[in-house]
Amino acid sequence: MYLINLLGFSKEGWGLYLLGAALMTVAVTLAALVIGAFVGSFVAWAKLSRNLTARIAGDAYTTIFRGMPELLIIYVVFFGGSAAVTAAAEQFGIEGFLGMPSFLAGAIGVGLISASYQAEVFRGSFTAIVPGEIEAARAIGMPRLMRFRRIIAPQVMRFAIPGLGNVWQLSLKDSALISVTGLVEIMNASNKAAGSTHQFFIFYIVGGTLYLILTSLSNRVFNAGEAHVAKSFRRPAGMQGS
Amino acid sequence: MISSFSWTDTFFQLLAALPNTLLLFILSISIGCIMALGIVWMRMSRNRLLSGFARGYIFVFRGTPLLIQMFLLFYGLGQFRFLHDTPAWWVLSSRFATAVLALALCTAGYSAEIFRGGLLAVPSREIEAGRAIGMSGFLLLRRIVAPIALRQALPAYSTEIVLMVKSTSLASLVAVAEITGVAAKIAHTYYSSIGVFLLAGAFYLVINFIIIRIVGLLEYRLSPHLRLMPARAQTPRTIVG
Repeated sequence: MYLINLLGFSKEGWGLYLLGAALMTVAVTLAALVIGAFVGSFVAWAKLSRNLTARIAGDAYTTIFRGMPELLIIYVVFFGGSAAVTAAAEQFGIEGFLGMPSFLAGAIGVGLISASYQAEVFRGSFTAIVPGEIEAARAIGMPRLMRFRRIIAPQVMRFAIPGLGNVWQLSLKDSALISVTGLVEIMNASNKAAGSTHQFFIFYIVGGTLYLILTSLSNRVFNAGEAHVAKSFRRPAGMQGS
Repeated sequence: MISSFSWTDTFFQLLAALPNTLLLFILSISIGCIMALGIVWMRMSRNRLLSGFARGYIFVFRGTPLLIQMFLLFYGLGQFRFLHDTPAWWVLSSRFATAVLALALCTAGYSAEIFRGGLLAVPSREIEAGRAIGMSGFLLLRRIVAPIALRQALPAYSTEIVLMVKSTSLASLVAVAEITGVAAKIAHTYYSSIGVFLLAGAFYLVINFIIIRIVGLLEYRLSPHLRLMPARAQTPRTIVG
């Protein structure tokens, strides 16, 4: 009975709070994935470039963001961003420390990390494109941007789905570290609920269960997406092995 | 009165925390590796209870963030008074030991899947050949299965090792004074955070660089069959017998 009250949706229960936190985890991870896709595609482009400087810059990005602890990256973004916000505020005559919005800091932090993984996924799926298709597009006179939009991007997105599924799972778990910036996502909410009721065991189990639900649900979504896209890969029997 | 900020002091303070980071890493990866072997054995077992337990273990530890696992061990289990009189308290009362345990439990789940992948990659004809000349049990494992499985699993396992080096930074959140914890403390004292965190990050990059080099060397040693034969060894084949 005590347990039901504790986790219930009544006034003294933590149910609604934790559910909202779970939604926040999904929201911040989605934002991170979008930021990561944007940055990651530029990094992949740099790594595939014929320009040596761009290649080195791309390699440096993936080495640094995959080799540094996620926690440190989030600290750098949060405190670095806060320092920038404070400095900007001083220009307008506002004194004292100002924090960067924790959602933004978390999404950028986890996003930059996921960009380094997404870059590798995009690079891998780009190399899976049959070169003849790009040559064919060039032969019929498609301009560069149209080639990217019509030939390259749709195929890269298809090949990338399994890899992106892995990146999503990683980011979902990395998002727990955003709790240090004060954003009320699952980890932070579990901490608060545990701290104020002294039921640490129960609330960390509940928090963990929420993560398990999210990871296994999203696994299903990605599997379904993969199966959906696989249909367009199937070719008529006569055209196979050309 | 605190002395003013200096880069040399910061560097040496971080360097002083390096042994803690390395110790966390070495202890947890070795304990985790042994636990992973046990889990793989259960996962591959025909006993449905054992393989079910292993499946559940892998699902739970790979599906939740390490941070919540660590907090569950440290604060969650620490909440139970009756544990204070058991030998488990010897581990749970120490922040460092709890961090090692959490890291080891987590990596065991990931490593078990990597090792299983390696085992599945051993061609069955090699095992049959071993059996045909009378090898069995441990001898078969030692001479045929383990070397091939290890070689297959090494690239994926090296990624896991690098992830573990990075994961040791989470121990700072249960107040273990390793590199990230010390960096956070310096940053809070002097309000000069970015540089300190980047310097701390450089420590991890160097550790990871060295580890990747060592694993690369090991991979090279383990796969002589993939290398080109030195010219002087390429003698024409003679048929014996």
